[in-house]
Amino acid sequence: MERVIELNGNQYDVPVEVGNVQELLGHLELADRIVIVEKNRNILSKDAFDQPIKDRDQIEIIHFVGGG
Amino acid sequence: MSSSKYSRQELFAPIGEEGQKRIREAKVFILGAGALGSSGAEMLVRAGVGQITIVDRDIIEWTNLHRQQLYTEQDVVDQLPKAAAAERRLKAINSDVDITGIVTDVTPQNIMELIDGHDIVLDATDNIETRLIANDAALKLGIPFFMGACVGSYGLTFPIGIQDDQPCLHCLLEALPSQTMTCDTVGVISPIVVTTAARQAADVLKYLTGADFEPKLESADLWTGDRASMNVASMKKAGCPSCSENAVYPFLSARESMRTAVLCGRETVQLSWPEGRTFDPLAFAESIHGTTTNLVKNEHLVACEYKGHRVVLFRDGRMLIHGTKEVVTAKKIAAGLLG
Repeated sequence: MERVIELNGNQYDVPVEVGNVQELLGHLELADRIVIVEKNRNILSKDAFDQPIKDRDQIEIIHFVGGG
Repeated sequence: MSSSKYSRQELFAPIGEEGQKRIREAKVFILGAGALGSSGAEMLVRAGVGQITIVDRDIIEWTNLHRQQLYTEQDVVDQLPKAAAAERRLKAINSDVDITGIVTDVTPQNIMELIDGHDIVLDATDNIETRLIANDAALKLGIPFFMGACVGSYGLTFPIGIQDDQPCLHCLLEALPSQTMTCDTVGVISPIVVTTAARQAADVLKYLTGADFEPKLESADLWTGDRASMNVASMKKAGCPSCSENAVYPFLSARESMRTAVLCGRETVQLSWPEGRTFDPLAFAESIHGTTTNLVKNEHLVACEYKGHRVVLFRDGRMLIHGTKEVVTAKKIAAGLLG
């Protein structure tokens, strides 16, 4: 099933192999980073990263970086 | 006429004359005089902040100039420390502001003394470890800490210590990451520096003028157009060692003896000695004159080439050894020069 979500304010077609938030982070090469994830305006704890991604979900991801 | 210097800022209704007075009374500590520090300091100095202290451990390099707006080619040739060059440039921009540049490495041992007495700490450091040290120190002293970081085309900001019920940086991070992306590993473009610094500065002005604002974790990527803004209040941890009632401020715990730090992505090792060991750069330059090449000296530091490495010794007793990631190699170089 095709799923189009809003990811960090932009429309995003979720690849077929990405089922949940953890897999999305892997796909975006953010799995090893410290990230904060919000799904449909709620902050997700790490143990909720297995939540499935559904069509029209709103997801925001902020990862920490070192520079400045 | 100097009295008209802030007229357009005062015309902006949320600031007004009263807001300008509050800005004028503020004492701001800027942690780092690199990219974010340059940009943030220039905005706050032009805005007419009363007092600014800007601290940095490093010297200006060619690779800095595309994004560190306070510096010039001549500053690189002169091997000036960033804090000294920043002080000079900022004073030229606005003589109303009391500006002090301090050339030193911010550590758990000195940070409390450095930031005490300021109303705000502006984050412009280049690594998460120092951010966590600053987070602890600012929380301990009750000073708001305006976090900011950027690499590539991506940046994030988060004001800490604005509201009692908000999380601190330690709450958000849980664990110290083993490695994060830095400007020296993935590069950086100046627009994200200015954008990130502008968000920090806007939050600082809102705070200083007493505006009602909600501290949010925000990010932007100027290349992809990605953006995020989160209310992270739910992430405050009841037992946080940095911001709970029983805080122990773990990142302020003292470390002893000579410290070494491999500067991420830079092939540079920093050696620093316990408090109290300082060097006279000019006397040191005299002593190594015969054994080194490309010797450059000024009142802040001595730089030279020695055994294939570029070496910089600062007055405060720190030495940077470029061209190696090996602490052992760096210590041998230091021993060769200092005995």
